[in-house]
This record gives sequence, structure tokens and C-alpha cells, in this order.
Amino acid sequence: MYQYIIRRFLIFIPMLIALSIIVFGLAKAAPGDPFSGKILDPEVGMEVYEKQRAELGLDKPVPVQYVRWASKIAQGSFGESITYKGRSVESLIKERFLNTVYLGLFALFITLIVALPIGIYSARRPYSLIDYGTTTFGFFGLAVPNFFFGLVVIYLFSIKLGWFPAQGTISSTKLTGIAEFKDRIHHLVLPGLTLGLASTASYMRYMRSEVMDVLGSDFIRTAKAKGMSANNVLYKHTLRNAMIPIITLLGMELGPLLGGAIITEQVFNFPGIGTLFIGSVINRDYPVVMAITLLLGVAILVGNLLADIFYSVVDPRIRYD
Amino acid sequence: MSSEPVLDVQKLKTYFYLDQNLVAKAVDDVSFSVYPGETVAIVGESGSGKSITALSIMQLINKPGRIVEGSIRVREKNLLDLKEKQMTTIRGNHIGMIFQEPMTALNPVFTIGNQLTEMIRKHKKVSKEIARNKATELLRVVGIPRPDAIMKEYPHQLSGGMRQRVMIAMAISCEPELIIADEPTTALDVTIQAQILDLLKDMQKRYNLAVLLITHDLGVVYEYTDRVIVMYGGQIVEQAPTKKLLSLTKHPYTNGLLSSLPNMEEDVERLGTIKGTVPAAYNFPAGCRFSTRCPAVMEKCRQINPPLLQLDADHFVRCHLYEDGGDE
Ligand SMILES: Nc1ncnc2c1ncn2[C@@H]1O[C@H](COP(=O)(O)OP(=O)(O)OP(=O)(O)O)[C@@H](O)[C@H]1O
Ligand code: SF4
Ligand SMILES: [Mg+2]
Repeated sequence: MYQYIIRRFLIFIPMLIALSIIVFGLAKAAPGDPFSGKILDPEVGMEVYEKQRAELGLDKPVPVQYVRWASKIAQGSFGESITYKGRSVESLIKERFLNTVYLGLFALFITLIVALPIGIYSARRPYSLIDYGTTTFGFFGLAVPNFFFGLVVIYLFSIKLGWFPAQGTISSTKLTGIAEFKDRIHHLVLPGLTLGLASTASYMRYMRSEVMDVLGSDFIRTAKAKGMSANNVLYKHTLRNAMIPIITLLGMELGPLLGGAIITEQVFNFPGIGTLFIGSVINRDYPVVMAITLLLGVAILVGNLLADIFYSVVDPRIRYD
Repeated sequence: MSSEPVLDVQKLKTYFYLDQNLVAKAVDDVSFSVYPGETVAIVGESGSGKSITALSIMQLINKPGRIVEGSIRVREKNLLDLKEKQMTTIRGNHIGMIFQEPMTALNPVFTIGNQLTEMIRKHKKVSKEIARNKATELLRVVGIPRPDAIMKEYPHQLSGGMRQRVMIAMAISCEPELIIADEPTTALDVTIQAQILDLLKDMQKRYNLAVLLITHDLGVVYEYTDRVIVMYGGQIVEQAPTKKLLSLTKHPYTNGLLSSLPNMEEDVERLGTIKGTVPAAYNFPAGCRFSTRCPAVMEKCRQINPPLLQLDADHFVRCHLYEDGGDE
């Protein structure tokens, strides 16, 4: 098992190199650089901009620029942000990373506590009114875009009802302990719901079909024939099997969750990786854009590895060696 | 056979409501009894209603199926009157069941020990420790080597034959009076089949069990059973003690089953070399259900489904040929 994990990590290296080449290539292929978007001050001569370009190494051939960039990353530095003069990319990301992690975890939490019970219920009473109702909600959840749903909940629960704040992560930096925790959760509710909507809808459907599948299997009939109670059959024999693919999917959720956060954070003006990413794209702050894209790639790779590890933990038939 | 039956099924009807006006009469007016210590075979081609009969007894019929009528008596109680919760004290406890597919019949994510002990604890209300000891002992009894180690193993680590032994251990674990075995060897290698059936026979003697053995294999019927019930189209068409049924066969269908056996020695797993196919359970012919394939079919057969006639003390047949009390 440990050998397997180590081997998987080793495979990450060439994948990350490939990913970094693509990211860098795309960034270079995009027209313009940090200067071309700005209205240039006519008082400043062109040669000044040329000098600044040279300072950033933008006049060198692309492969040379890539090697410089990549070797710095290997030493743990993503360079300096162009928009935020003097700030390293790492410090910018670090500052916002935890916020996004909290948002993602909260969304996942909502997804699980809503989707799993509903999925189980629908599976036990397929084609009932509640099953049809949740199926409809499921399609709605998958069809409605994040940003639109976000605007609707802001309008309803923040502007009209005033129940939850529409932006930020905390009302006052003076809060501590339980009060701080409560306040943070309060701020997370609307963006969390928005970010979790699509996955709630799809997990509901997954859970429903998994539980229905398992309920129809031979070993469930055996458990019933043994005289096990209905609760034992459902909560022990059925759920343990139905959760296997769900837990695997959870690992894979890491990438999409970060990706979804980009839009959601924008709607809620939430100070996370997502808003940083959009802002950097608009300002052509390539060092930041490239770093975040790489981070997303790493998240997806790690997520897939986690999924495989979870899989072998919950399913005794799976052994890696 | 003077004692009370361990199982008494009367006029059992189990239908599947496929849609508004499509009803599959999978089991249609089936009555029979099983007495302590005897082995009764149910034979018949695929789709004749054998498994549904067995599952009806256990009340494990899933939608769109439903037991429509009848009574199933075990220990003076009509199981059909019991609530689901009371039924869980019958299943596994008074009636053990063994299924056809040992590969899928055990839960893949729990150990053998876990699956055995949970059942013993449910019915016997004993401590974990006692249940584990009993489970290990049972594995030894059904001939599993290294029972202590197997307790900690998962189903996928065992062969099909071993898994079927585990299923037998489960079925006998709470000392039931009756075991229903639905084609317990069909999915196994020929060499293993006899071992499993011999084990079943041993267990039957050891615990004085009654066994209801569903099978396709007339060789198995001949060797292991005391009495035979032949099913066709959801109904019993002939019933008699095994020797009698095989030598004094009455029903044209039973005859067809027997003559489709070239000889007893050969590997006969599936019956069904009678011309034509079993009519679908939602589309039986009017009159005798075998009339579409019967070589002795008469005009009357196409109109009236014959009742199950009693020829003598223990021989029953459903066929117009034997009406009016004798063979004409
Ligand atoms: N879930 C179901 N839905 C609809 N009809 C069913 C269902 N299960 C069984 N039936 C009907 O009941 C009939 C009898 O099925 P059963 O499983 O008892 O046959 P069997 O005698 O056990 O056959 P086999 O030898 O193949 O196991 C089938 O022909 C089918 O028409
Ligand atoms: S009743 Fe008629 S069709 Fe049916 S088995 Fe007897 S002879 Fe054949
Ligand atoms: Mg069957």
C-alpha cells in the first residue's frame, strides 16, 4: 500500500511537468502582457516599458522563460505578482487559500447531509411523490448555473429577508472563539449552498441509484433470509456497499470543488482563490494565474489518489501492491 | 408421516403485477407439506415458479410481486398473518435458506465471521464471544479447514464451494426445523456438487432437519430426496414419493422430463428438451397449462385446466387422463 502511494507520487512528477508546460504555453499564447492592457502614459517613453519588460524577462525566448519559471517553482517560488507589486505569489495564495478550503468543506458538508438521506429515501420508495419531487430538484440543481442561483439566494436571503450576509467571510476581526466560528459559518451559508447545489443534486442521484442497485443484490436477500431486521439490512448491509462508489467520487470532487469556487466566490465577493484568480486574469497577472492553474491540477491529481486510497479502505476486495 | 408437518402450504398464489392488465401468475394455487426429517424436491423447467414458491415461504417477494392468497403454516402460525418484524424471528431461526449463487450471496464487505455471528446474535441473544465460538465451531462442522482464520476472511477470498459451505453453516446456525435450498449446486463445479449435497445430507441427519430442495437435476432427485413435487406453469402437476414418481410416472410433463434424460450417468444440468417452450407466466393457455406442448393433448385439455387428482395415498397428478378415479 505504502509502496503504491509512493509510486503514485512519483508518477505525479512527469504529469506536473507536462501540466506546467501547457499552463505556461497557454499563458504565453494569450495575446498581450501586463503592459499591453494598460493605457500607457504618453509622457513615459516606449523604452521605459521595454526596460520593464526586460526586467521581467519577457524579452527572452519562450523556452528560456519557461526554464527560468519552472526552476524557480522547483525551489518553491512562484515569483512576484505583477499587480500587487512586491508581493510573492505564494503569499497572495496563502492568504486566501484557507478561505476557499473552508468554503469547499462547508459546501461538501451541505452536499452530504442533504444528498445522502434524500438519496436513500428515494431509493427505498422509488416513484413516490417525494422521489419525483427530489428528482425534479435534482435536474433543477444540475441545470441552474451557479452564478444565477447565487444571485437568487442573495436577493432572497440577504436583501429581502436579511438572514445571511451576502459577502465576505467575517463581520469583525475582533471576534474570537465560538463567536468567530459562528460568524464565519453564518457567512459561509449562502456561498456554501450555491457551491454545493450541483454536487448535492448529482450525489442525490448517485446515492439513489447505488442504494437501489444494492437493495436488489443477492447478498441483501441473504441478509433478509437470515432474519436480520430492516434497519440492519439498510444501515449495515446496504449502506456500507452503496457508500463505496460515493466515497470514491468524494476524492474526485476536490478539483471540481475548487473550480466551482471560482465562479461562486466571484458572485459573493468572497476573498478566496477564486476571486484572486479572476482578478489576476483580468489584470494579466500571469505568475498568479499560472500558479493557481497548477494548484488546481495538483488538487485533481491528489483527489484522484485519495479516491483510490479511500476505495481500498472501504472495499476489502481492492488491494494495491 | 403421522407427525405434524414443519411446513404446510395451502392454496398459495403469488402474482406479479407487471402493469395495469398484465399479471404474471408465477405461483398459482400451490399446496404441499413438508414433514420433519424428510427431503422434498421441487423440480421443473426454468420459469415454472420454484424459486418464487421458496421466496414466498420466506416472504421475500419484492414488488411488483405479491402473495395474493393462501396460507403458509410453520409451528401452528400462519406466516402470512405475521408482521414484517415478527417474520424476522422466523427467517433464519425456524427456516434456513441456501441460494444458488454462492459468489454473490455473501456480503463482499464483511468478514465471514461477522456475517455468521450477527445472525447467531440476532436469534440467540448471546454475547459476541459465545456467538464467535459457535460460528467457528459451525465452520468446522461444515468441513471448512482453518475455521479460525476463515472467520476473519472476506467472501472473495474463498472458492465457490467454500462459500456454499459457509451458506450451509449459516442456514443451520440457529437450528431451524427446515432448510430451503434453491439449486444450491447449480453454480458449482460438478466435482464439488456431490460434496455439497453430501454435506447437506449429513447436516440433515445430524440435526434432524427437513429439507426442501429445489433442483433441475433428476439425478440429484433420485439420490437425495424422499418425495418429489413437479411444477409447471406455477402449479404442481405431479407429486409422489421419489421412487414411485420415477417408476410409476403419470403426468405427461414428468414423462417428458424423464425421457429427456439420455441416462442418469450423464451430466444433466438443465432440463427442457421437451418440444416447445414454457409459456410466459402472464400468458398461460386456457385449459391445461401444458396443453401447448403435451403429446397426449385432448380437446378437453384446451378448455378446462384439470384439478390436482389424488390417485392413491401419496400420489397426486394434474391431468385429464386420470379423471374418474383411474387410468383409462
Ligand atoms: N421480479 C419478477 N417480475 C416479474 N415476473 C417475475 C419476477 N420474478 C419471477 N417472475 C415470474 O415468475 C415466474 C417463475 O419464476 P421462478 O423464479 O420461480 O422460476 P424458477 O422455477 O425458479 O426458474 P429457474 O429454474 O430459472 O430458477 C417466471 O417465469 C416469471 O414470469
Ligand atoms: S390435461 Fe391434457 S394437455 Fe394437460 S397434461 Fe393432461 S393430457 Fe396433457
Ligand atoms: Mg429459480
